[in-house]
Amino acid sequence: MALVRAHILICTGTGCTASGAKDVLAKFEQELKAKKLWDEVSVVETGCHGFCEAGPLVIIYPEGTFYTRVKVEDVAEIVDEHILKGRVVSRLLFKEPMTSQKVPNYSDIAFYKKQHRLVLGNCGHINPDSIEEYIGAEGYEGLAKAVLTMTPEQVVEEMKKTGLRGRGGGGFPTGMKWMFCAKSPGPKKYVICNADEGDPGAFMDRSLLEGDPHAILEGMAICAYAIGADEGYIYCRAEYPLAIKRLKQAITQAEEAGLLGKNIFGKDFSFTLHIKEGAGAFVCGEETALMASIEGGRGMPRPRPPFPAVKGLWDKPTNINNVETFANVPYIFRVGAEEYAKLGTEKSKGTKVFALTGKINNTGLAEVPMGISMREIIFDIGGGIMDGKKFKAVQIGGPSGGCIPEQLLDTPVDYDSLIAAGAMMGSGGLVVMDEGTCMVDVAKFFLNFTQSESCGKCTPCREGTKRMLEMLIDITEGRGKEGDIEKLERLAKSIKAGALCALGQTAPNPVLSTLRYFRDEYEAHIYEKRCPANVCTAFIGYKITDKCVGCGLCKTVCPVDAISGEPKGKHTIDPEKCIKCGACMVKCPFKAIIRG
Amino acid sequence: MVEKTLEKSWEQLNQLLESYRCTKGSMIPVLQQAQEIFGYLPKDVLIKISKELDVAISQVFGVVTFYSQFHLEPRGKNIIRSCQGTACHVRGAKAVLDAIRERLGLKDGQITTPDNEFTIETVACIGACGLAPCLMINDDTHGRLTAESVAPMIDKYYNNKK
Repeated sequence: MALVRAHILICTGTGCTASGAKDVLAKFEQELKAKKLWDEVSVVETGCHGFCEAGPLVIIYPEGTFYTRVKVEDVAEIVDEHILKGRVVSRLLFKEPMTSQKVPNYSDIAFYKKQHRLVLGNCGHINPDSIEEYIGAEGYEGLAKAVLTMTPEQVVEEMKKTGLRGRGGGGFPTGMKWMFCAKSPGPKKYVICNADEGDPGAFMDRSLLEGDPHAILEGMAICAYAIGADEGYIYCRAEYPLAIKRLKQAITQAEEAGLLGKNIFGKDFSFTLHIKEGAGAFVCGEETALMASIEGGRGMPRPRPPFPAVKGLWDKPTNINNVETFANVPYIFRVGAEEYAKLGTEKSKGTKVFALTGKINNTGLAEVPMGISMREIIFDIGGGIMDGKKFKAVQIGGPSGGCIPEQLLDTPVDYDSLIAAGAMMGSGGLVVMDEGTCMVDVAKFFLNFTQSESCGKCTPCREGTKRMLEMLIDITEGRGKEGDIEKLERLAKSIKAGALCALGQTAPNPVLSTLRYFRDEYEAHIYEKRCPANVCTAFIGYKITDKCVGCGLCKTVCPVDAISGEPKGKHTIDPEKCIKCGACMVKCPFKAIIRG
Repeated sequence: MVEKTLEKSWEQLNQLLESYRCTKGSMIPVLQQAQEIFGYLPKDVLIKISKELDVAISQVFGVVTFYSQFHLEPRGKNIIRSCQGTACHVRGAKAVLDAIRERLGLKDGQITTPDNEFTIETVACIGACGLAPCLMINDDTHGRLTAESVAPMIDKYYNNKK
C-alpha cells in the first residue's frame, strides 16, 4: 500500500449523498489529479458519521479537520488552502450552536466529545466497501477468538456475563436469548438479523448497515457458532437501498475471505447468509411477523409461546436480534465481557445509540453510555433547541414509547428508569419538541401511524386503535366532549392488556404518557376549545397586524377571497370565509400576518 | 412496439419463476421482481405466479394487499416517496407534500399524474431524519426541503425522462 501524506474522508451515506456528496467526491478527484496531488493524497469514501444535518461531511487527516456542508464550489479552495498550503478553511468549519464558536477538530466538537463510540466506532472512519479496512480495524478478531479458542457454551456464557440487552426495543437479555436457542434440540437452526427499522425517527440501524456492514456479519456469525446455526437471514427494509447494496457486497467479500461459508477458520463450523428485502409493513419488525414474512406470507404476528428459540423460522429454533445488538457483539469478543460490562448502569450495560431529531440543533446519531441523563444528550450533545426556543418534551421510543417532560430531564437513560417514567427505550429514536408543538397533535400523529400499520389480526389493536384515533381527531378538531379523556384512558388500558403483539400493546403509550404529563393541553382542547401551541387548525385564525403596508400580495394568494382591503391600506381577513390554509402568512413579505 | 415489450416481460417472468422453482419462501422476492419487470402487478401475472408456485390465488392476493410495496394499478415512471415520519412531521412535511401535489396538479385521492410521469406516496420514515423534511424520488434521497424548493426539484425529473 502506497504511503500518502493526507487522507480526505468523504461521507457517502444516504444523508450526505442526498446533500451532494457524490459530486463533491468527483470534484476532489478532479482537482487532485489536475494539481498532481493524486499520488500523495488519498480520497476515501466512508459510511455515515451520524451527523447528516451538517453534510456533506469532509474530514481531512492527519489533522482531523472537520468540514461541514461542503459544496462542489468549495473543493478547489480546500485543495489549494488546506492540502497545498496547510491552512484551514475556517468558513467551512462547524460552528457550535450554543457558543457560536468555530471548532476545527473533529474530536473537539461537543456533539462527538461527549459520545462513547463503540458500536459506531468504525462508521465514518473506514471504507465500508473494503473488508481489508474492517480487518485493519481489528475486524473479525472477535469471531476468530470465539471460534478458535472457545466452545459454543463458553460463547453463550460470555454473552450472559456482558448483561447486554436487546437494542431493538424490548430490552430482553441477549445472552439468555442465545442460551434458550442453544439449548433447543435439532440439527437445523437459524440466526436472523432484524434490520426492518421502521420506527419513524430512528436511523441508527441504517447508519450501521451502511457504515460498518461487516460488524453485523461478524456478530451474526458469532451468534451462529454459539447456538449451532448454519444459516442466517438479514431482513432489511427495501427503503434502504444503499444498506442492501453494501450488505450484499460485504457478504461476497466475507465468503471470498473464508469468513462466511463452509468450514470457517478451518473448523467444523459453516454459516451462510441471505438477505431478504422487506416489502413495507411496520409490523414485520415484530419477530414472529418477520419470520412469517421471510416464509413468504402475510407478515402477521402469532401468539408466543412457543417462542422463536423453540419454534421459529420454518418451525426450527431461531434466534432473532436487532442490528445494533449484533453490532455490539464483535467488540464484546475483542475486549471480553468484563471490560464491556464496566460501561453503563447495573441493569443496563454498555452504550446505546440514539437518533436525535426534531427541533434540536444537532440532528444526528449519538452513542452514549447507559445511565447518562437526558439533559446531557439533548443540551450537551444535541446543542439545545433550534432557534432559541423553549424545550417542551422529548418523545423516546417512537410510536411505542412515551414523552419525557422538562421536569424529568435529569432521569438517567436506561431501560428501567424510562419505563418508570412512562416511556421506553424502544429503538432509541429521540424526537425533541419545543413550545410550538401540540402534544395532542403528537399523540394523534403516532396513533395514526400505529392504526394504519396494525395488521388487523387481533381485535383490541384493529378496532381499539381506530376508536382512539377517532377520539383524538375529534378533540383536535373541536368536537371533544366531557368524558373523552377518561374514555381514552380506559380504552388504552384494554388495548395494552389485550393486544397480541408488541405493536398493539404499546400503541396507546404515546396517548397515556402525554395524558400523564400534558393533561392540561387535552383539557384546553376539549373545554376551552383552544390549542395552547397554536397548531390545531380548527382553533386558530389568521390576523393582519399594523405592520401591513397594503401591498395586496396576500389578497392574490388567498384561494377563497377572504382578504379585503384597498391598495396601501391595511387589509383584513374575514374569519367566516377563511379556510386557515396559511398561504397568506407564507407570502407576506412584511411578516404582518400572524396566527392566533 | 408495446406488444413486443410485453412479450419480453412475460419471457422475463418465466425465467424468474424458473430460477425460484423449489425455493421455499420465494413468494415475496418473486412478487418484488415481477413488479420490477411489469411496473405493477397485473391480474394475469398474479394468476401465473399462483399457478407456478402452487399457491392459491387468494393467498397471493392476500400477500400483495398486505404489503404497501405492492401495487395492483399501473404507476408513474417516477416514484416520489414523501416522508411523513415524526422528525419530518414536526419540521413541516405536510406543507411539502401539499406543494408537490399542487405542482403535479393532483386532485383529492389521486396519486398518479394523468401522463403517468409521477406517482406520489407517503412513507412513514426513510431514515434520513437528519435532513427532515425529506423525500425519495426513485432511489435518490432529497432533504432539507421547503414548500418553495420542492417544485423546481420535481421539474428536473420531468425533463430527465427515463
